[in-house]
Amino acid sequence: MSATPQPTLLLQRYNAGERLNHWITAITFLMLTFSGLALFHPSMFWFSQFFGGGTWTRILHPFIGVVMFISFSLLALKFWHHNLLSKNDVQWLKQIGDVVQNREDRLPEVDRYNAGQKLLFWTMIATIPTLLVTGVIIWRPWFAHFFPIEVVRIAVLLHAVSAFVMISGIIVHIYAALWIKGTIGAMVRGTVSRAWAAKHHPGWYRRAIRGEDH
Amino acid sequence: MALQSLDILRRSATTTPSPQQRQMTEVAKLIDVTKCIGCKACQSACQEWNDVREEVGINEGSYQNPHDLTANSWTVMRFAETEENGPLEWLIRKDGCMHCADPGCLKACPSPGAIVQYSNGIVDFHEEHCIGCGYCIAGCPFDIPRLSKKDGKVYKCTLCSDRVAVGLEPACIKACPTQALVFGSKEDMIQHANERIVDLKERGFEDAGLYDPPGVGGTHVMYVLHHADKPQIYNDLPKDPAISAMVSVWKGVMKPLATAAMFFTALAGFFHYVTVGPNETDDDEEEHHA
Repeated sequence: MSATPQPTLLLQRYNAGERLNHWITAITFLMLTFSGLALFHPSMFWFSQFFGGGTWTRILHPFIGVVMFISFSLLALKFWHHNLLSKNDVQWLKQIGDVVQNREDRLPEVDRYNAGQKLLFWTMIATIPTLLVTGVIIWRPWFAHFFPIEVVRIAVLLHAVSAFVMISGIIVHIYAALWIKGTIGAMVRGTVSRAWAAKHHPGWYRRAIRGEDH
Repeated sequence: MALQSLDILRRSATTTPSPQQRQMTEVAKLIDVTKCIGCKACQSACQEWNDVREEVGINEGSYQNPHDLTANSWTVMRFAETEENGPLEWLIRKDGCMHCADPGCLKACPSPGAIVQYSNGIVDFHEEHCIGCGYCIAGCPFDIPRLSKKDGKVYKCTLCSDRVAVGLEPACIKACPTQALVFGSKEDMIQHANERIVDLKERGFEDAGLYDPPGVGGTHVMYVLHHADKPQIYNDLPKDPAISAMVSVWKGVMKPLATAAMFFTALAGFFHYVTVGPNETDDDEEEHHA
């Protein structure tokens, strides 16, 4: 957006680079989730068929993981400063009942991200590096044999726990995008309507219409 | 070796019963460490029968050769010298898969049918289903499975499941010149071991005993040890082996609970959508909020 308010109904929320970065992370996340769950519970072993069988699933998963880690790191560097928790966020979380009941008018003012989005961000910050480190420790045939077996066993459990937390978080993330109408356009075309911004992110909205924060 | 398809007690990554209509007699190999002379005939017989060959290695200052189990060497005589019990003792232990009643490898394996446990107690790898993840290595309390550099599959002692299936004894048993290795029903082997232990105690080995660790439900390869109170002096034979707590949580409680939790998280989202409904924005509302 230019510096002066535009008569358009749309505000830019993410530029093309950010969207590309997000979707590389998202696609690798989905591939990792399906390939990882295939090896986690036999009821989902058939997901390995998407990757060319069990052996290919085992071979590909860690390489895709490295790509996701790099991609997510760029995303985190770009957005971390929007995700620092404020007093309003604590109040927002206390009123989580109002949040899920769509009673947004009762909530404290939200800036670029609400407390739920921020918590998701920090959940990813905690789990993704853990997944990288533990993933390297259990990566056969390349790295696992460098580590004592007790370390491998701790890593394998931590990897599963972190993945579970991450996947659960992303299920909420995906649902929130479907639930809050007008959100998906932010990450697909990069834009949201002014009304959407004013309703869900009024703090950000006021700066965005002045062109201070795309 | 998919021979005994009616006798499968357990199958990796499988949540429904396996074909187990036929119950075979539980078998066991008994390794009498006190009778072993370290000749390695068992090692040779193993490679010969299974038609695998070890590469010529290097001498590392011990009779132990090869130095460790490999994808081709499914059994290795481990040599230890100790003066812990008075005069110098040369303790020679034939190492290899213990064929646990509660196999950590099978518990950890994510590939359906890559590891099976027959009703006679033999735990067998079906390498054609192996995906090479190495989870079995983390699952095993005895450090047995070896990942092949050649094909990325894991290998270990099969207890000659192919021979046992047709009524033969394992190749190593056949080759042992001192009857330090014997094979039969587990019941008979325990009885035989007890006779040996009585004999050893009479000869002054007061702590002689049978190694059939209950932490893994007992094993189908057992040892007679002269110092059963100190199995670790036999090249780190674990004293109370059990599947690691990490592996038990990971492939035990966590597996169904985490799967259910993820499923219900997604389901909760759907139910929220069809009850509370989506949060929609009326595009004319902008000024009201601003």
